[in-house]
Amino acid sequence: MTALTSTSDNNSFAIEARNVHLHYGSFRAVKDVNLQIKARKITAIIGPSGCGKSTVLRAFNRMNDFVPSFKMEGEILFHGKNIYDPDVDPVQIRQMIGMVFQKPNPFPKSIYENIAWGARVNGFKGNMDDLVEESLQKAALWEEVKDNLKKNALTLSGGQQQRLCIARTIAVRPEIILMDEPCSALDPIATLKIEELMRDLSSSYTIIIVTHNMQQAARASDYTAFFTMEEDRAGVMVEYDITSHLFVNPKKKQTEDYISGRYG
Amino acid sequence: MESQITKTKQFTKGGLKPVTDDILLLRIKKHPRMKEFFIQALLFFCGALSIFTTLGIVYELGKESLLFFRTPGVEIVEFLTGKVWQPAIGSFGVLPLVNATLMTTFFAMLVSLPLGLSAAIYLSEYASQKIRSIVKPALEILAGIPTVVYGYFALTFMTPLLRGILGEDQVQIYNTLSAGLTMGLMILPLISSMSEDALSAVPKSLREAAYGLGATKLETSIKVVLPAALSGIIAAFIIGISRAIGETMIVAIAAGSGPALTLNPLKAAETMTGYIARISGGDLAYDTPDYNSIFAIGLLLFMITLFLNIISRLLVHRFREVYE
Amino acid sequence: MKNNFNFSPASGLEVLKRRHRIGAIWKSIFFLATAVGILALIVLVSTIVNQSFGYVAVESKVDPATLSEKPLESLEAEELREILQANLSKLLLRRAEKQKLLEDRGKEDLYNLLMDQVVDYKIVKSWSLSASLFQKDRILAEKAQRYPNAKLEFKAWLNPGFLERTMSSRPELAGVRTALKGSLLLIFTTIISALPVGIGAAIYLEEYAHKDHWYNRAIQTNIENLAGVPSIVYGILGLAIFVRTLGAFTSGAAFGIPAETGRTILSAGLTMGLLILPIIIINAQEAIRAVPISLRQAAFGLGATRWQVIWSHVLPQAMPGILTGTILAISRAIGETAPLILVGASTFITSDPTGLFSSFTALPIQIFNWTTRPQDTFRNIAGAAIIVLMVALLSLNAFAIIIRNRYKKKTI
Ligand SMILES: Nc1ncnc2c1ncn2[C@@H]1O[C@H](COP(=O)(O)OP(=O)(O)O)[C@@H](O)[C@H]1O
Ligand SMILES: [Mg+2]
Repeated sequence: MTALTSTSDNNSFAIEARNVHLHYGSFRAVKDVNLQIKARKITAIIGPSGCGKSTVLRAFNRMNDFVPSFKMEGEILFHGKNIYDPDVDPVQIRQMIGMVFQKPNPFPKSIYENIAWGARVNGFKGNMDDLVEESLQKAALWEEVKDNLKKNALTLSGGQQQRLCIARTIAVRPEIILMDEPCSALDPIATLKIEELMRDLSSSYTIIIVTHNMQQAARASDYTAFFTMEEDRAGVMVEYDITSHLFVNPKKKQTEDYISGRYG
Repeated sequence: MESQITKTKQFTKGGLKPVTDDILLLRIKKHPRMKEFFIQALLFFCGALSIFTTLGIVYELGKESLLFFRTPGVEIVEFLTGKVWQPAIGSFGVLPLVNATLMTTFFAMLVSLPLGLSAAIYLSEYASQKIRSIVKPALEILAGIPTVVYGYFALTFMTPLLRGILGEDQVQIYNTLSAGLTMGLMILPLISSMSEDALSAVPKSLREAAYGLGATKLETSIKVVLPAALSGIIAAFIIGISRAIGETMIVAIAAGSGPALTLNPLKAAETMTGYIARISGGDLAYDTPDYNSIFAIGLLLFMITLFLNIISRLLVHRFREVYE
Repeated sequence: MKNNFNFSPASGLEVLKRRHRIGAIWKSIFFLATAVGILALIVLVSTIVNQSFGYVAVESKVDPATLSEKPLESLEAEELREILQANLSKLLLRRAEKQKLLEDRGKEDLYNLLMDQVVDYKIVKSWSLSASLFQKDRILAEKAQRYPNAKLEFKAWLNPGFLERTMSSRPELAGVRTALKGSLLLIFTTIISALPVGIGAAIYLEEYAHKDHWYNRAIQTNIENLAGVPSIVYGILGLAIFVRTLGAFTSGAAFGIPAETGRTILSAGLTMGLLILPIIIINAQEAIRAVPISLRQAAFGLGATRWQVIWSHVLPQAMPGILTGTILAISRAIGETAPLILVGASTFITSDPTGLFSSFTALPIQIFNWTTRPQDTFRNIAGAAIIVLMVALLSLNAFAIIIRNRYKKKTI
């Protein structure tokens, strides 16, 4: 437990999956993934739909615990500790590894409350106003909403809502932010804003983003992992490399086919 | 194009025959279909019948109530504010009946709201599939039990239980507490199932958002899901009140017969519905003040429950608009 | 970056522990609340069973064993008649024959007469099932002290005879036959009057009505509101319209049938029909809505009229759902009591209903009536009657579930 709460060492890996297999009941959704995520970098996970990208991403903060049939084999190491060990508290994990979802999902409360809530349940005792402002600023939303903090968050546009969700995640001070296709419900301009925001955030947070949009991965990430499906629909990781290498110079045939649009 | 039309063959009585332009034009022209028209009219009548039911209720209740208020010595102000209901001496003050109704309703909600809501939270947020498959049918059976059976239960179980706990000298055989508590058990499944519907309608994404911020299950349920489902839950609560006010058999059996203005729940007091049931259960002579009075009380009952039902439905609709 | 968060990791752990503790406490509170619902059901059922079986202290003028070697219940009509003639005093015999000749009386009638007049079978005290099982000593002591002449018997108040006997002012001789038949006829009338109209209204609302027209919206809203009107208000309506205003028709007088009042099965059935109409409509609407649009489009594409589409495609598909909803509405009607009190179900009636224009009693009315009697033994037969009612309800619901499941399998 102490390993989890100690401040980060100089180990450049933020989180690491070792021989991970993920199942839903008898169905093996993901097979034997080994993935080392570099700290304070943006890692993209790409691949055809249904290959288990979301499943892998959710495994990183135990969001899959809510699916009763979910089972996992292998280890996911966070600060050297397997987060699936029986003595690990998933609530604590999710505070330290936040998540932004495919569809913006603000609480039907005010903008202010949306941000304050997570911090409050996590026992934040400092100046809430400052925290809200700081988080909104980091999420590049402050200028747009600072006069309307009491407004219901559902009145914001989709892109604003998604940035609010990012701000909300930042406010609980995670180390890693998981993003599951955060832009798939947004228009191109809002998408660009989020990508810029990710770039800013990557100086202080590790970001893992699932995307089905290859341009986005190529544009916005430092590392890219390419997943695909095998015959039995089990997802596997095909290739993992620095983004520019993977896109310009893929080592595997499957990767090349995929990024050149030949399938998927 | 033209040749295509003329070549079209159509099924007619004589078999396949070439169809000429004229016949085709005639065919596709609109013509009245009597059978279809009559059927539609008949179906419309079926739908409109429900309107007649409402009109019938309003008309009959209104007409007889008017007769009641025309009885010498009966006045609407006195009816609504009078503290004594004793038709024998010409005293028609509805407050004792209303008071008893409110007391039984209060105790019913005291039981059914906390229990029903807690059960709804448990079922929608915590329970495993297996537990749900046991609990939900049990609650459905509870909801389907006729109210006369609950009345029996109140008299043979709840009242003796209360008398055992609080003392026989304290608790009368007929009392509003026993009737109210039993009514609470009757309404519990209604509250829990309506609230559970409201809770389950809250999108999964909202729960995930809370969990993703490191909230515990309780925090997610109470601080995110519950507020989001609030209007649906309030609607359930209001429907519950309406049911309690209109419930007849439990109070007719267990609350006592004889209007009494008392705030002591351990004493007997007759409710509005209990009064209607008792008066109409005897040999009833038409057009007496007694007979007319059940219409006046019925009208009051109808207006109160209708008002509550409308509010509840508005709340549910608003809730649906937010999440659909 | 982690250091400007205002709690240290150590105190954060403390907080987290507390949050989990609170979570666990509330979880058990929620669970207990849920358990109360189940407990209530268990207690309710056991209360009823508890009252329906148990020891009774019986006093009789004549020991049945001296009348016949066989148990009296198993005797044939002829044997019963002989015993009666041998044992009844002249006066009592004449009085009984004045009502109805012994020759004309059935076996069950004769048995009742025998028990009533000759044996004079009287239950002077009854005990609950739980007392009978666990406190036999106490019961024996009480019996010996207070009812020294009585015999102790174990009695199932719910027995085949209970289903066959008619109403009686003596609980040991009373049965539910008349009430059961009344309920059946009543339900029959209710279904006949409400089902066609209910389905018709549902079809209109789902297939014809444009939601743009105010009157269609009014109908829909009105139906939803009617579903929430207390049943006793329907009773008042039934009293005013069917019993009183239309009394000439509902009593059968208009059809030349001699009858006194409009307090008949017909009035009650129509009242009950109005009561469950909104439930039937709402359920049927749901069933019709569940039929896929593509099916309708396919049929329209073949040149069918709207009614043809509905009749040959929509209704057959929706039927199982409509039936399930109807059964649920019927089980509501079977247990309804308050409207029947209003439209004047008789509480004491010994002749079976013969048709729509009979006065009648019904199972829930019987239960109500027996429950409100002061004598304990009436409480016992009320319990037995409740079991009969609940068994009927449960079988109806089981039937509805079977239909629902079979339908589900077919569509998947
Ligand atoms: N909760 C679940 N239960 C069962 N199977 C699931 C569940 N979620 C996802 N799956 C299955 O796991 C596989 C991977 O899904 P997912 O991770 O959502 O893919 P992606 O995000 O790459 O599109 C799919 O075949 C999907 O059907
Ligand atoms: Mg996905």
